[in-house]
Amino acid sequence: MYGNDFPGEDPPGGLLGEVEAAEVALRAAAARDRGAAEPGGDLAAYFAEVVDADQKIEPRDWMPEAYRRTLIRQIAQHAHSEIIGMQPEGNWISRAPSLKRKAILLAKVQDEAGHGLYLYAAAETLGVSRDELVDLLLSGRQKYSSIFNYPTLSWADVGAIGWLVDGAAIVNQVPLCRCSYGPYARAMIRVCKEESFHQRQGYEILHTLAHGTPAQKAMAQDSVDRWWYPSLAMFGPPDGDSTHSAQSMAWKIKRFSNDELRQRFVDMCVGQAEALGLRIPDPELRWNDDRQAYDFTQPDYDELMQVINGNGPCNRQRMEHRRRAHREGAWVREAATAYAAKRAEKEKVAA
Amino acid sequence: MDFALALGDDALIAAQRLAEWTTRAPEMEEDVALANIALDQLGAARLLLSYAGELEGAGRDEDTLAYLRDDREFRNCLLVELPNGDFAVTMAKLLVLAAYQVPLYTALAACPDERLAAIGAKARKESAYHLDHAALWVKRLGDGTEESYRRMQAGIDQIWPYADELFAAWPDAPVDPATLRSEFDDTVTAVLAEATLTVPEVAWTPAGGRDGVHTEHLSYLLAEMQVLHRAHPGVRW
Ligand SMILES: [Fe+2]
Ligand SMILES: [Fe+2]
Repeated sequence: MYGNDFPGEDPPGGLLGEVEAAEVALRAAAARDRGAAEPGGDLAAYFAEVVDADQKIEPRDWMPEAYRRTLIRQIAQHAHSEIIGMQPEGNWISRAPSLKRKAILLAKVQDEAGHGLYLYAAAETLGVSRDELVDLLLSGRQKYSSIFNYPTLSWADVGAIGWLVDGAAIVNQVPLCRCSYGPYARAMIRVCKEESFHQRQGYEILHTLAHGTPAQKAMAQDSVDRWWYPSLAMFGPPDGDSTHSAQSMAWKIKRFSNDELRQRFVDMCVGQAEALGLRIPDPELRWNDDRQAYDFTQPDYDELMQVINGNGPCNRQRMEHRRRAHREGAWVREAATAYAAKRAEKEKVAA
Repeated sequence: MDFALALGDDALIAAQRLAEWTTRAPEMEEDVALANIALDQLGAARLLLSYAGELEGAGRDEDTLAYLRDDREFRNCLLVELPNGDFAVTMAKLLVLAAYQVPLYTALAACPDERLAAIGAKARKESAYHLDHAALWVKRLGDGTEESYRRMQAGIDQIWPYADELFAAWPDAPVDPATLRSEFDDTVTAVLAEATLTVPEVAWTPAGGRDGVHTEHLSYLLAEMQVLHRAHPGVRW
């Protein structure tokens, strides 16, 4: 892991323990004999059995078509988010204020590219190609996380994205480490471990700023003020309005509702914000003894719908950037294909 | 100090340019690869600049040297500050840089200065990978499609004149770059031949970087790189 060679302030209440627990459970599930499907047996019943027993569905297994489609959509949109998500932070690589920070940020953005590739590969196990999925992204028929349609206006935004956006991603993804589809669960374990480094790095950036000059502290606070509610919106619409949830829960693709995860995220952030010395911009935020959780103000879901529908501050910019890289790289990819074909031809002649 | 500074500046400016490709590479795998190479260059730059600061003994650390010098005080070669151009130009730049850095760091690894020798030993392995990567792409592009051949030859033609500066004699340096020229020529000529490309005839050999006389591009690169650091003097990041 690049760039963690510094003594960091660890954010309190991290979730890495849960990722490790999921990994242990995954190994245990793999070790238990799954019992093969009987030839000629009821495939649907076998599928249900495996899911009920918290075993993993693997690419070669029979699965309901809707399960396959749901997974493809979810994994692809997750992969797209990793790739588009490189842009807002990539925006600060050239201006990172120290060489150490530059190295850490560059490595982080590179990690996100790795996550994207890893997730596209997981989606490919479901019988779809990466090229098809990239086309769906570029043509706007598949989405990516709306959070990346907000601009990074200051260096502190790199910290806030690490702390809040990677933090929210972890809260979302830790349960996916127990997802019923094996390749996705395994991808999530690896991704979550790296995301937790990202969160720690972001937290560390904000901690340094919050304990720096008044101008630095103001920069950090302004950034948290802008990123807090969009981060809450990352968990999606409130449970009543969420369309895909119930079936995904039954299939053990999803294990907690949007609102449950949002609550977990808020509860995690409050203590961390205090440790940072930064204010969460919510006057209604207070501990509720009955619920044993924090009461908080919901994000603006109308704004979320606007951003999802393409009208966030940076939707057009992010898509155009991605399309342009793809378009301008076409001649390079064609050359690589042509070269490989020539080489294969030469080897055939030589053989 | 001058030598460590020159090498450190080469690596730093190369890293800054390569990092510009992040989110823009022609393939996602290439995005990862270019970031890797940029990280290697940046890592070498930090070691070299830190050491240059120590040798100077005036209390300047890697960040002071990177962020608080003006372009006339930078000692990098012109090659690394040139704009990225298209992917072929970038690969031409990387081929020339890596084919220079491999023998340079290899020789450095055997020099009497222990710190430089340690840096050379670490960096030469990384540079060997950079050279492989660049050579592979130059071959793919040169021997790919008609368009890629045209672009790759144009890239080589554009970059080739800047190679000369790398090997200007520097007799009292820990490694005299003039001694590396023949290995460089052998390496690059072989790659270009395999790529079906022509070694350009060169009548113009720009130089000046080692004396702080740069192209117009460097000042802009530094303006962007240094803007935030300079806006908050003396703080921790
Ligand atoms: Fe990620
Ligand atoms: Fe991340």
